[in-house]
Amino acid sequence: MSIEVRNISKKFGGFAVINDVSFTAGTGELLALLGPSGSGKTTLLRVIAGLETADAGAVLFHGEDATDAGVRERRVGFVFQHYALFRHMTVFENVAFGLKVRPRKVRPAKAEIAEKVGQLLRLVQLERFAGHFPSQLSGGQRQRVALARALAVEPKVLLLDEPFGALDAKVRRDLRQWLRRLHDELHITSVFVTHDQEEALEVADRVVVMNNGGIEQEGTPDEIYHRPASPFMYEFLGNVNLFHGRVEDGNLHVGALALPVPPDASAGWRNACAYIRPHQFGLSRQRKGSNQFRARVESINQAGPVARLMLVTEWASTLNVEVPNAEFLALALARGEDVFVEPRELKVFPSGGTGGA
Amino acid sequence: MRNGIRRNQALFDPPWARAGILLAVAVFVTLFLVVPLALVFWQALEKGFGEYFAAIADPATLAAVRLTLIAAGVAVPLNLVFGVAAAWAVAKFEFRGKGFLITLIDLPFSVSPVMSGLIFVLLFGAQGWFGPWLAAHDIKVIFAVPGIVLATVFVTFPFVARELIPLMQAQGKDEEEAALTLGASGWQSFWRVTLPNAKWGLLYGVLLCNARAMGEFGAVSVVSGHIRGLTNTMPLHVEILYNEYNFAGAFAVASLLALLAVVTLVAKKAVEWKYAAELKAAKGREGGQ
Repeated sequence: MSIEVRNISKKFGGFAVINDVSFTAGTGELLALLGPSGSGKTTLLRVIAGLETADAGAVLFHGEDATDAGVRERRVGFVFQHYALFRHMTVFENVAFGLKVRPRKVRPAKAEIAEKVGQLLRLVQLERFAGHFPSQLSGGQRQRVALARALAVEPKVLLLDEPFGALDAKVRRDLRQWLRRLHDELHITSVFVTHDQEEALEVADRVVVMNNGGIEQEGTPDEIYHRPASPFMYEFLGNVNLFHGRVEDGNLHVGALALPVPPDASAGWRNACAYIRPHQFGLSRQRKGSNQFRARVESINQAGPVARLMLVTEWASTLNVEVPNAEFLALALARGEDVFVEPRELKVFPSGGTGGA
Repeated sequence: MRNGIRRNQALFDPPWARAGILLAVAVFVTLFLVVPLALVFWQALEKGFGEYFAAIADPATLAAVRLTLIAAGVAVPLNLVFGVAAAWAVAKFEFRGKGFLITLIDLPFSVSPVMSGLIFVLLFGAQGWFGPWLAAHDIKVIFAVPGIVLATVFVTFPFVARELIPLMQAQGKDEEEAALTLGASGWQSFWRVTLPNAKWGLLYGVLLCNARAMGEFGAVSVVSGHIRGLTNTMPLHVEILYNEYNFAGAFAVASLLALLAVVTLVAKKAVEWKYAAELKAAKGREGGQ
């Protein structure tokens, strides 16, 4: 069952929350809607579920227009950010709810419901908690009850709103790996909303990045990470060094450094910025070429798989650099020493927000 | 170093201050709450149980009890339905004029009960707006049972709604939305999710509403006409007996009202106790987010 979102727009009090957004989640795909808070991603998810109505555009399930269908007809499983478990019902009753409210003709027998709920609780590893109330469970357990409850009605698609947003880091990590395994088992088309790029890139088959109510970029986690398409993407994904400079003769001049700019794209650019990730630098003690610049080691942190250095360039901007531990030991650098830095990979965008390179 | 445990003196007031405050509270409570209540029962029973039951068995008294039960019996269910509907609308939906509706709900609280009674006289009295029409159709509202019921309904209008609105607003509409995505109809979601979640607040509101409905004096006094055996409610009857220097009778009826107050308070306490546990559970849910 695929989900297609076609030219959806939505305003709240004159303010465009979603602006002409289109994307498709293929059958069996696990798609992440990633974006900073206020980017419209949760509203979009609610539009897909039918909990909000869009001002314009269409939502299609498996090619069928569901725009005018109510929440009930859409048969989506929705997992709320704050779980929204029924607080006065036990775990068992929560999971059974969707089956119990069916019209008599299609309602399963009591024994059947019990059987089905038992299966689901086994699936989310909460069999022992059937008689507990939501207030007696931890955050991670509540989230799993919410998931079991959504799955009980055999939804055609599963929508999750910040499913791990309210959990602490360790539980988050466990639960998202568990969600990925569960998805591989069930193969139900799923869309989840998150503001955590690490989560999106780790769990999803494909990622749609939203910003200011529009789509900034979409692609596989690989593409998103390795080929960010705009300055926003670099900044949103985080942990990146930014160089501002002038464009002259096909080079970006930053202080004493001249960084080559792709010639076809740079025509007409006057100012530009270059994004370089911390691991995209080469370090050496001696000058080896013209494409290097000198920097002073400000601090060193070796606690981790890579050594993280903070450098100060000749033009007095700070730089975060990561080098493999072995390479760092070979360099034998100490605080206050000078080192020559070579940008190995960089991405240049014109300054002033006029679009991608 | 008593009991070998050093107490942090900074966290405690000196013993004389604590004793003084406790004493002040005890004196106040005794003087203004316990003594009057005890006095009501004492006065009622002064001439023995025989007189007491005779006073209560008086036909006029029984009629007053009956009328009070009728007024409360109509007002409480009506305001229960209205209160739930209003709270549901205010807490779970967005619409124009919501602030106005909330203000309207509060109106009976902010208006003097005597005023509320006068409004009904102006509307339904012989010289009132609907007076001629009512007279033509031989319907009596003022100085009759319908007027008393109307006044009671009006005065007790806010109790249930006021109790439910903050509770329902705090609970949000996540659970209702979850119910919808699980295939429940709006009706099912209301009966299975909204109402059970609000049940303790609802019970609490009903108790308060009932206490006021039975105890209301001002508004009812204006519309009643004080016709003994016909349009006297219990509080009005107490006043009449008292003005006739029938203290034993007045206090006997008053003791029934006082008993109602005590029962209401005990029930309210019990509900609060239960309700607090659930509220805590609800909070725990949010705390885990």
